Amino acid sequence: MTPAIRRRSFLLLTGAACLPGAAWALSGSEARSLVDLLVADINAVIASGKSEAEMIKDFEGIFDRYADVPIMARYALGADARSASAAQMKAFTEAFRTYISAKYGRRFREFIGGRIDVQGESAIPRGVQVETMANLRGQAPFRVDFHVSDASGKALFFNIIIEGIDMLLSERTEIGAMLDQRRGDLDRLITDLRAL
Amino acid sequence: MYKRSQILPLVFLAATLAGCSAAPDGTLINDPYEGANRRVHDFNTGLDKALLRPASEVTEALPDALTDRVVEFADNLALPGMVVNGLLQGDLEGAISNTFRFVLNTTIGLGGLFDPADEAGVYEKTTDFGQTLAVWGVPEGAYIVLPFLGPSTERDTAGLLVDFAFDPLQFLVPVEAQETQPYAFVGKKVISRGRFGSTVDSLLYESADPYAQARLLYLQNRRFDLGVSVDSSYMEGGADPYADPYADPYGDFVDPYEDF
Repeated sequence: MTPAIRRRSFLLLTGAACLPGAAWALSGSEARSLVDLLVADINAVIASGKSEAEMIKDFEGIFDRYADVPIMARYALGADARSASAAQMKAFTEAFRTYISAKYGRRFREFIGGRIDVQGESAIPRGVQVETMANLRGQAPFRVDFHVSDASGKALFFNIIIEGIDMLLSERTEIGAMLDQRRGDLDRLITDLRAL
Repeated sequence: MYKRSQILPLVFLAATLAGCSAAPDGTLINDPYEGANRRVHDFNTGLDKALLRPASEVTEALPDALTDRVVEFADNLALPGMVVNGLLQGDLEGAISNTFRFVLNTTIGLGGLFDPADEAGVYEKTTDFGQTLAVWGVPEGAYIVLPFLGPSTERDTAGLLVDFAFDPLQFLVPVEAQETQPYAFVGKKVISRGRFGSTVDSLLYESADPYAQARLLYLQNRRFDLGVSVDSSYMEGGADPYADPYADPYGDFVDPYEDF
């Protein structure tokens, strides 16, 4: 039994003991309220009338507040996370945080003039999938799903699926290619990610 | 537009294409022609850099009121083909709503220049013969990058040829209108490139491996459109082909939160 499992079992037991009746797993409504807040924040930025540069900055902040960045970083690194030292993982996670919030913060600009509506939620093995529809100017509405987990200690999203396109998979492909370009040198990748 | 004698070899080719290289079920990426595909991808990227991207900067500077007319006209011409495919798939609802769109947009929408159907909330049920083949059980086949047209699969390429050869538009509108179709198609392509400019740029020019990104994006999005299960790697258990231990971000063997 790994320490992780032991710790989880311990938490499970104490959780069950301390909070009779409380569900251990993240509930659909908790996940949904997280996405409701997230969407309200995004919509508020869209409606703020700020300059595009300011909006992108705000979107970066939103991403950082609502996303479970450590787990995303570990997933994106894939099997290479296995050989990374704890210090490297920590540095990589921080570099990834900057990279990912800037990249997707910029992407949110496409939502300017649009609106996102939460539609419903369903259980997935690792948490809850919250389904939303993005209504962007001049486009037919399209599906955006947020995958939410509370494994970090609080409810955060750890993946976004846009019309079937899995953000984590894209980032694993991207980080993998970046690492290949640097002949597997993780430290160089970390330095370069910070500069992106 | 095409004589039957010209169509038959196309259909034969399509059928041959659709028949080959069946990948095992659930394979995320089936790309045996990667070498050739990468060369075509580079060719297409060169084309984007030299022509498509500069042209799209011009259309992006034009008022939407103008470019919308081109996009909507091109979309309207594609509807009859979608109606036939809807019927072939047994999707009566889609066929009916696309018929409604075509009639409304061609008449009140002044030959398709405007899209009153969209405003009434009747959106296009996008489909094609590639989807029809999928509904009929034809396997996806290998990933292919087509010159000029970009990412596709063997099944979708076969579908493309059939859609092109059998476009019912030729029975519905005068020849003059049919002749505008290639221009409308190219116009729409340029305008769309402009509208999604920064996203396409970040994919083609900022990614570490644009080919791999485009392949992943196309295959996932296409399967989503076809209604194929596109559950993420961590969503399915044993049947998951691209599962490795690290595919599960919340697997029990590692706990990234332990360090915090």
